[in-house]
Amino acid sequence: MQTSRGNGMHKPTFARGAAVVTALSLAFGLAACGDNAPASSAISGASGASSVSGADGGPNLQGEFAGSGASSQQSANEAWIADFHASHNQARISYDPAGSGAGVTALLNGSVIWAGSDEPLNAAQLEQSKSTCARGTAFEVPVYVTPIAFAYNLPSVGLNDSGKHLRMEPETIAAIFQGQITRWNDARLARLNPGVGLPDLPITVVHRSDKSGTTKSLFKYLKAAAGPAWPYEPGENWPNNVGQGAKGTAGLVMTLTQAEGTFGYADAAQTSGLGTVAVKVGESYVPASERGVSKMMDKVKYEAQPQGSLRKLVKVDYQTAEPGAYPVLLVSYDIACQAYQRDASGSKAAFAKSWLSYLASEAGQQQAAANAGSVPLTPAIREQVMQSVQAIEAS
Amino acid sequence: MSKTLAPQSATNMAEQNPQGVDPDAVSVSVDVSAAPAEASAAPTAPSPGRTADKVFKICAWSAGILIFLALAAVTIFLILRALPAFTGDPAVRSSALESLSGGRASNFASYVGPLLFGTILIAGLSLLLAFPVSTGIALFITHYAPRKLSTALSSVVDLLAAIPSVIYGLWGALVLVPAITGFWNWVATYLGWIPIFAGPAAAPARSVASVALVLAVMILPIITSVARDIFAQAPRLQQEAALALGATKWETIRLAVLPFARSGLISASMLGLGRALGETMAVLMILSPGFSYSLHILQASTSQTIAANIASQFPEADSMGVAMLVATGLVLFVITFLVNFLARRITGKGVSK
Repeated sequence: MQTSRGNGMHKPTFARGAAVVTALSLAFGLAACGDNAPASSAISGASGASSVSGADGGPNLQGEFAGSGASSQQSANEAWIADFHASHNQARISYDPAGSGAGVTALLNGSVIWAGSDEPLNAAQLEQSKSTCARGTAFEVPVYVTPIAFAYNLPSVGLNDSGKHLRMEPETIAAIFQGQITRWNDARLARLNPGVGLPDLPITVVHRSDKSGTTKSLFKYLKAAAGPAWPYEPGENWPNNVGQGAKGTAGLVMTLTQAEGTFGYADAAQTSGLGTVAVKVGESYVPASERGVSKMMDKVKYEAQPQGSLRKLVKVDYQTAEPGAYPVLLVSYDIACQAYQRDASGSKAAFAKSWLSYLASEAGQQQAAANAGSVPLTPAIREQVMQSVQAIEAS
Repeated sequence: MSKTLAPQSATNMAEQNPQGVDPDAVSVSVDVSAAPAEASAAPTAPSPGRTADKVFKICAWSAGILIFLALAAVTIFLILRALPAFTGDPAVRSSALESLSGGRASNFASYVGPLLFGTILIAGLSLLLAFPVSTGIALFITHYAPRKLSTALSSVVDLLAAIPSVIYGLWGALVLVPAITGFWNWVATYLGWIPIFAGPAAAPARSVASVALVLAVMILPIITSVARDIFAQAPRLQQEAALALGATKWETIRLAVLPFARSGLISASMLGLGRALGETMAVLMILSPGFSYSLHILQASTSQTIAANIASQFPEADSMGVAMLVATGLVLFVITFLVNFLARRITGKGVSK
């Protein structure tokens, strides 16, 4: 019974240590929630076994259905969930915009039914999905396409949102992003924009500071279109110390508006009030627009897949010379299984089939376009997506 | 003139005893069962007080042990989750690091180095800004302000401590950054010959300097409230003696208050430093991150802190990426411990002069 107490326990420094520890553990606890998706993962109502025969699970779809993944799709998913719920009022659907990586992890450990991702699965993830899905591997279908605009803030010379677009070549953008062009009145910009009063201001490049599919899509375009002028491999993080970073599209746009002379990139729908660049395509200059992206989608090709694969990975032709096409775009996928493990009642498969069918329908695409500023998938692409979605079945 | 002293928390009591005895040497061990009363008194039913004593003892013990358990759990979690970052396939490790750093680092040391540098730079700067101001506020409250004002000021300081960091982050990003851009420009123009103020200043000013300023405001209340309690504890007799010998107010404070408060002030600043080291949200919202060992605090994209880096990279990271990020968290954990340890060494010696 005779003990002497550890005096260290009475010292503020130790209390502080504990406080820091608690804070850290909380931070990681929260972080850990990221890869353990919401606990609500599809507890299939045993009573509500729904038929999977129809293309649509019908209004008798019931239970909780969770998805997780890319934050780029968040506002589209909110619109889709609201609309889908109107015709399936027994189904409770949630989408956690935790990020593409977290979404794929959640899908692979079976805690969500579908994942949204700006990136297709890599070889290792594809292999891992064989143990998650009851049949074959998981597959990706494009559901969300949006133009990425190069935006600038130059209100004092009347270039913001005025219908006037500064013209740039891919090489020009690459030079700005590498800190080789540092002022707005640089001769290389003036040459492309005759008659525009470019201000004598420094260019502040603003980019994403978090890992982002938008950044990667942009770099894929620069790599293809600017050739040797863009030496970096496409990645989700900014590769140099030029300019400033900001977290998320919202943070980036906020930073753009906080100072004159800023230059960055974001989903075209988010850039209202700022000026946007017309990019050189072939011999003309094309601003970011829905029509420009639709033209790109008309030409889209798919990556070759082994026989029987349901994966639909689009190949974007960034070097296109198609007049009026806008080649800087983000294609975001939804990833699902053909058949699910631990799905005795078939409700997971029924939901996935009915949900993705809705997303690939004209109504679903219009809903996203109206609420999230995306570009509706063309009928040809929707048909391709439907081919894969139709193959979803009970395990 | 006699002031009622602010109630002292037990933690601070251990920190300062005017006799200059090392608190570590004061070991309290009471053995209840060996109380002489029990030996002499006839055996009767144990008094209710004894039971309460036992219960309380168990409660206190378990609370103490709980801290150790929590600490152990966090340590084990960090080590287990970070393990792949050191033992995994080298090719996978380096590609994960290249993806995390935008191709600027391919081994763990070169990845965590700049982050650690940024963390310490920002936390250190904010402490440098906050410490003198906090000490000033605390002295004002305890020795200069009239009674009514000091009460009001005390509650304002405690109120500031309750504001969540995300609010500071919002305020910093939306209000302070646009407002201070011009000032930093001026500093870079006229004081740019001092290396740390070298331009070009970031516009908008999402730089280390702005973050340090916001963090300084954030840690101000916690340092102030601890320092205030310590100054209020300063021995009155010595102060009165100094005044009787003709010392001015400032001399009194210098001779009879500050020496006594030294170790307590160090503890207070360590509390503040701890908060600054681990601050995530405010840094994430204000700072434009970079990846270098640069001391140019006005320039854009020079540094990033470990905590903010984890928050910004976690959502899109794959499993190896997460392991790498947790490993950087482990480094932060170790650094925080070292800071604590050093502070305890200093304060342990700092009382007896």
